[in-house]
Amino acid sequence: MKTDIVLAGVGGQGILSIAATIGMAALENDLYLKQAEVHGMSQRGGAVQSHMRLSDQPIYSDLIPKGSADIILSVEPMESLRYLPFLSPKGWLVTNTKTYRNINNYPDEQKLLEEIENCGQYIALNANDIASNMGSRRSSNMVMLGAASPFFQVPFESFKEGIRKIFARKGDKVVNVNLEALEAGRDFAEKNR
Amino acid sequence: MDKLLLLGDEAVAQGAMDGGMSGIYAYPGTPSTEITEYVQASKYAQEQGIHRQWSANEKTAMEAALGMSYSGKRAMVCMKHVGLNVAADPFINSAITGVNGGMLVVSADDPSMHSSQNEQDSRFYGNFAMVPILEPSNQQEAYDMAYAGFELSERLQVPVLLRLTTRLAHSRSGVARRDVKPQNQGGLPANLRQFVLLPVFARQNYQRLITSQVPMEQASADSPYNQYEEGEDYKLGIIAAGIAYNYLKENFQDQALKHPVLKLSQYPLPHKLINKMLDECDQVLVIEEGYPFIEEHLKGFQEKGTPIKGKLDGSLPRTGELNPNHVGRAFGLDSQEGKAVPEIVQNRPPAMCKGCGHIEAYNALNQALSEYSQGRVFSDIGCYTLGALPPFEAINSCVDMGASVTMAKGAADAGLTPSVAVIGDSTFTHSGMTGLLDCVLENSPVTIVISDNFTTAMTGGQDSHALGRLERICEGLGVEREHIRVFRPTKKNLDEMTQIMREEIAYEGVSVVIPRRQCIQTMKNKKLVERVKELGL
Repeated sequence: MKTDIVLAGVGGQGILSIAATIGMAALENDLYLKQAEVHGMSQRGGAVQSHMRLSDQPIYSDLIPKGSADIILSVEPMESLRYLPFLSPKGWLVTNTKTYRNINNYPDEQKLLEEIENCGQYIALNANDIASNMGSRRSSNMVMLGAASPFFQVPFESFKEGIRKIFARKGDKVVNVNLEALEAGRDFAEKNR
Repeated sequence: MDKLLLLGDEAVAQGAMDGGMSGIYAYPGTPSTEITEYVQASKYAQEQGIHRQWSANEKTAMEAALGMSYSGKRAMVCMKHVGLNVAADPFINSAITGVNGGMLVVSADDPSMHSSQNEQDSRFYGNFAMVPILEPSNQQEAYDMAYAGFELSERLQVPVLLRLTTRLAHSRSGVARRDVKPQNQGGLPANLRQFVLLPVFARQNYQRLITSQVPMEQASADSPYNQYEEGEDYKLGIIAAGIAYNYLKENFQDQALKHPVLKLSQYPLPHKLINKMLDECDQVLVIEEGYPFIEEHLKGFQEKGTPIKGKLDGSLPRTGELNPNHVGRAFGLDSQEGKAVPEIVQNRPPAMCKGCGHIEAYNALNQALSEYSQGRVFSDIGCYTLGALPPFEAINSCVDMGASVTMAKGAADAGLTPSVAVIGDSTFTHSGMTGLLDCVLENSPVTIVISDNFTTAMTGGQDSHALGRLERICEGLGVEREHIRVFRPTKKNLDEMTQIMREEIAYEGVSVVIPRRQCIQTMKNKKLVERVKELGL
């Protein structure tokens, strides 16, 4: 069993909080884990990605080979397309449709969505809207993780446990908000897959 | 012992602490920064009184570590690859002095230049200094090597270089800890002339360094990190160094790897093991991250002419970091790429943050310089380097830490006046101060803009040695007080800032202009906010 995930976004969008939750879930399940992060210059509003690999067997490469990722999990629609060469033909593209525009030549939104729809297996949702409607704008990243969760070979309960551990310091309220966000993302994916 | 989920950098830090380290010395630099930050955040380090403050630059860090080694304690010094250029003088000479307490030098290379100006390979420095090099292939080895590195250093009586590359430095995985060792008691070197590199003593030390190449190579031959794995098919032998070993194994999970493999993670190169491979195999493929270091060596020392494949014959790419696909291709394994990136996807380069003080400083500078011809602004290493990109396109150089000041001086010497330098506060105290002294001594017609944000921002907001003492430093170096101008870079102040810059640029002597406002990324750092208030900045 293995799940290879490319996490994508823009520097400052906090994709490492998703990575931390997945990491916790992997530990819960005694899985091997490798997670290659991007630090430094790109964190200043540039394109950022993180390769995460979970397996019940030892993992060698910190980087996912091209064409073999099971999931691209992106918190920004244009960024989701940047890593398509890594996605396996059987893989899932899971992306937030909320754009992050910090460049002048940002492409047409409709065309972006068309490209995403061309990707075969995809889940596209506006996680910011979903999170806002629940009254917790800051938990959009957990909505995204929930939307990708059906495609992990990790029990859903482990993600919840991950959230409980990671947000424990911030109190029950924050934990619950993030758990709800996770569930909301999960529901969306189950209905739209 | 417990298992931790650690970045390669953090594994080095934990390994060093568990291995009895008494002090860590460093200047921040991607991808090495997290080593020191991990020790700074460690409760254990605090309880044990392990030194963990940032140094002014890599050279001062290396020298302080050598001083700790002189005193019989175990010291580690960490930097990014180009930091080793700054620290090259004490590094090369520390091999001649040798050590007393164990000394580990960690250099993190950045192939693909994710956050650097070149992709130099630190192994050449290790070879140049004639000291052992450890190159971990995974996070566990990073821990183990830092843990055992001090003993290796003490046994061989030289500093040991630990080389990381970005991918391992910034990738997380499970690491099992070992028993914690106490720090050394400390004590002076047996020979109090050991560290006196007068020629008369240095010649003896150098001879000892040459002689100890034999035990160093023996240590490589016996190293648990260098493993010769026999194979069935000797048409090809494979040498895989450091992290490259993982990329090799990644490609042979579903199919057997029939060729013999030399997994190589400790240098000097173990000639016996390598000669065995050259003798047994028709061809040898070298897979290594960085420059073709091993490959070039092999071409030099082999007795029979076994063809060597690698980066020099194009089997592997000559530039950039390795990945599993590159290595697969060297074996003719087809990589099945996913879909191509759609054409509508645009580049998203890094940019200065919204509300950043550097932005307003550049707006003012561009206006002040609009009356002159272009191409007279020399800059430096930091967030403000992003001023090279649109919409500012405000700077014309970025070479190395501190080069803005001295290049501006050299250009002024050549007649390019006015000539302007843009440097950050932390970079200025790293390597800009001595250059400013040069300017003062000749009263060069230069304007030095020190964009002061109270931090080392690009690497994540570490302390700046310049905090609260910038004007005094400049005055102390001899800049006239009336030509040190400080202001707050905000939109509102644009006209005033532009006027000040205009005046100082027009002044035909050394002037220092300091746009000063706290980095917005550090506003959550209560201690810093408090300190800034205290200093009245």
